[in-house]
Order: sequence, then structure tokens, then C-alpha cells
Amino acid sequence: MRTPLAVLIALLAVTVFQMCKPQAPTLISGTDAAIKAYVPPGKYDEFYNFVSGGFSGQMTVYGLPSGRLFRVIPVFSEDPTTGYGYSEETKAMLNTSHGYVPWDDLHHPAISTTRGEHDGRWVFGNANNTPRVARIDLKTFRTAEILELPNSGGNHSSPFITENTEYVVAGTRFSVPIGDKTDVPISSFKENFKGYISFISVDPKDGKMNIAFQLKTPGVSFDLSRAGKGPSHGWFFFSCYNTEQAYTLLEVNASQKDKDFIMAVNWKKAEEYIAAGKGEKVKARYARNRYDETTHTATSEILTEVLQLDPAQLKDIIFFIPCPKSPHGCDTDPTGEYIVGSGKLAALIPVFSFTKIQQAIANKEFEGEFAGIPVIKYEAALHGEVKKPGLGPLHTEFDDRGNAYTSFFVSSEIVKWNVKTLEVLDRVPTYYSIGHLCVPGGPTRKPHGKYVIAYNKITKDRYLPTGPELTQSAQIYDITGDKMKLILDFPTIGEPHYAEAIPASIIMPQSVKIFKLEENKHPYAALGEGQAKVERKGNQVHVYMTAIRSHLTPDNIEGVKLGDDVYFHVTNLEQDWDVPHGFAIKGANNAELLIMPGETATLKWKPLNIGVFPFYCTDFCSALHQEMQGYIRVSPAGSAVPLKYSTGKIEDAAIDASR
Amino acid sequence: MKTILFVIACLAWGGCERPKHETSTTVANLPQEEGQASVQDDESQHDLVKIAANSADHTTLVAALRAAEYLDVLANAGPFTVFAPTNAAFAKLPAGTLEMLTNPENKEQLRTLLEYHVYVGVLTETMIRDGMVINMVSLDNATLAKKDSKITINGAAVLGSARGSNGIVYIIDSVLLLPEKSNLKFPL
Repeated sequence: MRTPLAVLIALLAVTVFQMCKPQAPTLISGTDAAIKAYVPPGKYDEFYNFVSGGFSGQMTVYGLPSGRLFRVIPVFSEDPTTGYGYSEETKAMLNTSHGYVPWDDLHHPAISTTRGEHDGRWVFGNANNTPRVARIDLKTFRTAEILELPNSGGNHSSPFITENTEYVVAGTRFSVPIGDKTDVPISSFKENFKGYISFISVDPKDGKMNIAFQLKTPGVSFDLSRAGKGPSHGWFFFSCYNTEQAYTLLEVNASQKDKDFIMAVNWKKAEEYIAAGKGEKVKARYARNRYDETTHTATSEILTEVLQLDPAQLKDIIFFIPCPKSPHGCDTDPTGEYIVGSGKLAALIPVFSFTKIQQAIANKEFEGEFAGIPVIKYEAALHGEVKKPGLGPLHTEFDDRGNAYTSFFVSSEIVKWNVKTLEVLDRVPTYYSIGHLCVPGGPTRKPHGKYVIAYNKITKDRYLPTGPELTQSAQIYDITGDKMKLILDFPTIGEPHYAEAIPASIIMPQSVKIFKLEENKHPYAALGEGQAKVERKGNQVHVYMTAIRSHLTPDNIEGVKLGDDVYFHVTNLEQDWDVPHGFAIKGANNAELLIMPGETATLKWKPLNIGVFPFYCTDFCSALHQEMQGYIRVSPAGSAVPLKYSTGKIEDAAIDASR
Repeated sequence: MKTILFVIACLAWGGCERPKHETSTTVANLPQEEGQASVQDDESQHDLVKIAANSADHTTLVAALRAAEYLDVLANAGPFTVFAPTNAAFAKLPAGTLEMLTNPENKEQLRTLLEYHVYVGVLTETMIRDGMVINMVSLDNATLAKKDSKITINGAAVLGSARGSNGIVYIIDSVLLLPEKSNLKFPL
């Protein structure tokens, strides 16, 4: 029976035999795993992990290696828990040229850097749906600014940053028709659709964002990007797909070519053209929303102009490099010399050399042009290929020992390889279907190569089931040895895409504990109980309320009438760390407020019925928290009940029922 | 022969102590490992691995996928189009070929051969055009033909198709041989 099947039977028998070996904790990867991820009660984690919330629209903060969740920072989605998007002060944060947008899809955090290393000042995040970039202040862990991006169809290739946070970039995933010619047939894609890349400047002093310029690029889809660093500082690299310029069934029609492109952008050259007056100011309409920490209030402005450069006319700003099979990740290594492309449908990883790219440009080693932009010969830019590393490479992070870690969605694994030799060194499965991955400091010039964290799309049987909708997950691997070791997995909020991690020692010392009352410039702040009052302005009733353990002032309010809009401006008078107060009122078609010490926040309430309505503090603040409550009386429109307010005033003996 | 394979598998399974979960009857001939191919789920539509595992005509293919450690890949979200040679198709290979391929030393070559049967993306029959060239996971091209609604790939006839949760499988009557320029190290 010397047939192939005999061999297979033997093989199967061997496989089965191996299966019978004790399997106990095969995946717990050694007995020291629990110790490695264990942070004893009261002890601190070594790293902060800023994880995108994906379709939650928010950013989450975990500790590493414990995987403990510390905070969900509201960014692009309203958050009734904190009142973000509901309070009068924060509604402006979600304003856009389309009006108020309550939700978005946050994919990528980017922590600010100085000289290519994390500095811990801000973390940026992208809105994938209604194109925007947010800046979160890492002293307060609050969203400080949101800038909308005109001429973008979906801000996926964002918010990657240059070495000194000179720029945050924003590349559109969808090319769209722009300018005066937007009502066009979808089938006129090749003629009318354009891609745009925005370079957002960041004020080094206070982080304020501004669109410095936009590059008008051919109508393709920009997927991800990374800045050069060290020798390649001054350049930016973007992965592009759909160079077929398909506008339907991209699943097939945008996957036809063997190679799409990495787009190399010489942004210093763009700056030269701008200095020489070659930019063109173009009409646009986009919102910029900033949160002021002294007024505790956001303001939104609509901007109407953007500076553009056309690289088809202005030579030497951009170059295309062929990259196999719909590249997704586009990552530069810590030295800045190597650029790793990841063709998500391919089973190889091309690694490009910055030095060779420069030589190829100098020697004009081009294979032709695409939409007026030179295309560098693949071999001329290539350092080498990692052959057969796995299937579906997506993203690559780096350690401080010259190794790269690439995630493979289709084959559900992380593969470790040497950047110089391109040799595959190790591989570990993930459970299941990894998307992004993160090494602390991984995208910087100084990675902390202690862990790699996988962010998985599918968990199926990994946790107790919760019906059809399951959690996504993160998994932490110890990478200090030759072999990667899984030490912990934990569920995440929303869908995690990219994440960055930074040593806690950088963030911890700067963390704000309270807002100082003497710096509170909120126009409706009551900076002491003596300033608490109620004012009527037409049909608006403004309550200047204070909250301190354990009462609200005023806590008895009368004289409000149907048809009024009542604004509760609540100032938390506490100057003590971790003593927020909350505020909610029965029947409000609104959220609650959570007010930090020294802060003022406003809840708008439109009473719809007459009666007496209770309100109370929603955040357990003291032993008498349950007593921290009050009443507001609503009378019919035209009622003669006078406006009055008090706290601690007892007048029941003198009550006149007619009032 | 198929029966023998199946019996050996079942006997061996029965003798093992399960580390977790009960074996699903529908995937009795799949290994109990940790990976997406081993997720116990009798409610969902079958993925391509389960479809192959339940086909009496594809025991050789499933064994080859297992030898190449490729089952978990094809149990992933995909989407895939898999061209699945029947047992008869494998039997048509020159004598000794399968022994060579299933030798653990040649695991990479076996993988490459199998990857030449996988396309990332779902190509339904209506989407297939005569003369269509597709780039397979192995990075080599294959050519589809469609004449009088009869589909072939590199000349191999499509005998039928099945839709799975993560893609589509076309049953073919011959193993697809890699183009000559491929880096597969030995002649097929």
C-alpha cells in the first residue's frame, strides 16, 4: 500500500498521537505568566496603554502589564456618564460643518513626540467617519481640541506624527469629488475624485492645531502612514490601496493589481514651496473646536480657507513606491532607515530602505508615472522581503534590539523578525484574528521592548459567552526572551484598533488633581456659596449652583414656569483630589453632569410638566451623599409664583398655600 | 481507504482525554487544538474547513491542510475562495509526490502548493469572467475560464461549489500546479 494516502494515514496518526499528550496549560505558556502580568493591589503598572475604542468613538486607558482599565476618555462620541456632548460647555466639541455629530469611529492614537521619543504631552486620535483629528491633554485626560478636515472622505490614515510633533497627518480613505464640482456621477471617479492629505501643525507651546497645508493627490485610498525619523525625518510614508480607482465592489475591483503603492512625501520640500509662495488658498468649510481649561468651556469656529499644493505640478514632493497587494500598515523602524509595507492580501513583507529610495530618486530609477507622479522601481527601493512570514500582514512595531513584530490577521499570529537580516525568528498565535499590535514606545526612536500587545478582532470561545455580541480582546506577550510568551489576555471597550503605550513615569507626575477655583473664569461660576443665585433672563432661568460636601446651594428653587429653559450652572467648590460631584434632575431629556473639583458645568433642562422635581448629586462624595439633594418647583406659564431660592431656610410655619 | 482514515481518526480521538469542550459530531475528524478551526460551534453556518472536513471526497486535502498547519488560517474570517481538489485529484499526482510534500521537511513547499489554491476574497460564480487572472495567496497567478457556464482554473474543471460562512469553495478535479517561475524547490 505504498500510496500517498498511506503517508497521510501515518501522518494523521502522528498528529493524533501528539494530541494525546497532556495538554493542561498549553496556552498559559509557562508557570511564570501570571507573575509577569501581576501587579499587586496598590501597586502601579509600568506603562499606560492608550487604546482606540474603534466604533465606541472613545479612547481607553489601561495599565500594562495588568490589563486593568483606568478610564474611558470621551472623544468623538457623546458620553452621558460624564455629560460630554450633553453639557452646555461640551456640545461645541462635537460641532462640525455638518452640525452636531454625536458619534464617530476612533482608530488610531498617537502620543506626541520630541526628538522622536514620546513626551507625554498629548495623545491624538482620528475620526474615521466624519473626518476629524482630536487632541487629548494628558495632564487632564480630556479632549482639548477637535479639528475637522475638509476635502476628506474618511480620515483613516491619521493621526500619525512627525518626530517633534511638527505635524499630525490626515490622509483620506475615500477619494471624493471636491470644490465646485461635487454633484457628479460616481462613475466619473477617475476624472473627478481626488485624495487629499492634510498636514496639521501643532503649536509646540499649547498644542493648538491648524491645517498648515493639504497635498492634492491622485484619487486613491490612503490607509495608514508613518513619519520618517532620524535620517528620514522630513519625509512621510503613506500606504495606498485602490490604485485601480474602483468605485464599486472594491473587494474584487481594488484587489486586481499585484502591487499598489507606498507614497513617500518630502514635507520639507512642501514647506519650501509654501515659503516660495507656491501654495494656493482654496475655499473650504470646516470646524475647529477648542476646550478652554479656565472657562471650562468649548467654543467652535467655522474656518473657510485651506492652503493647498499640487504635487503633480510642484515636483519632488511625492513619489510612489510599488508595494504588493493592497498595503495596509506602513511602519518606519526606530533607526528611520527601514520602511515596512504590509500587503494585507500577501504572504510576504517588503522592507524598503530610505537610503535606497533617496538614491533611486537621485538616479531617476523610475518605472513610469502614476497620475503625473514618478513611480520608483520596486527593486531600486527595496531592502529585501521577509518571505512567507504568514498570511495577511497588517502592522509592524519594533523593539530596541533590531527586531520587528508584525501582526497577521488571516493566519492569526504575531511574527518576530530581524529588520536587517529579514529572518523570521519566532511566531505566536493570537486568539483570534489580530488587527493592530503595540510595543511600548514601538513607533518611536526609543522602544521599550518588554511587551507586545495584540488587539484581536474575534474572540469566539475565549471568554464566557454573552450572546451573539462578544467582546474584542487584547493579549500581552512578554518579548524579553528569544520566544514570545503569552502572559495575559483581557477584554476591551469597543473595538480596539491601534494603541500606544508610554512609561507611567512620564505621565504620572504631570497629572492634574484639581482645577483651581481662583483660575475658574466660567461666566456662570459661583465661586463660593455666597455667589449662588438664580436669575431670570426672559424665559431663561440661570441657576448659579454650588456643590460641596454635602449640599447643593440653592437646594430649594421656586418661580420656574412652563416654557422656561432652566440652566443649572453647577460649580464644584471642592479643592480636594478625587471628589467630583454629579448633578441630575428627574425627567430631564438630558444626561447627568460630572463636575470635577473647581470646575463649572451646565445642564440645560426644559420642564414639560408642573410640579416639584427632585435633583441630587450622582457621585458618591461623602457619608452624607444621600442627603445631597434638593427640589425645584415648576408652575404654570403665567403663574405669579415669584422667583426665589435658598438652602437651609426653614419657613414651613409661615407657608401660604396659595403661593 | 477513506473509511480507514476516518476509523483511525475516530479511534484515536476516542482514546484521548479532552482538555476541554466536547467534540462536535460535525467536526469529528478535526483536531482538538487551540485555534479557530477548533472552536466548538454547531449553530453557525459552516466555515470552509468544516465543509471540507465533512466531505468524504476531501479527506486528502484536509490531511494536507493539517500537515501544513493551515486549518486555522482557513477557519479565520477570510474572506476566501478555495479551490479544493478531490481525493481523486490528489490520486492523479505522480507517484511519490504526496509523500514528498507531506514529509515534515517540506512543510513550506506543501504550504505554498496549498496557498496556490487560496484566493483572499469571495469570487462568486457570477463574478468569474472568462480569462480572468487572479493572484493567489502564494503570490502566483492563476487563470480562470468560463465557457457555457463551465468554469475551469488553469484547466482544472470545477465540479461544484459550496458557500461557507467565510467564503466559497470550488471543488476541482485536478491539483493546481504552480507556474514554473514559482520558487517551489522540486518538480511536480
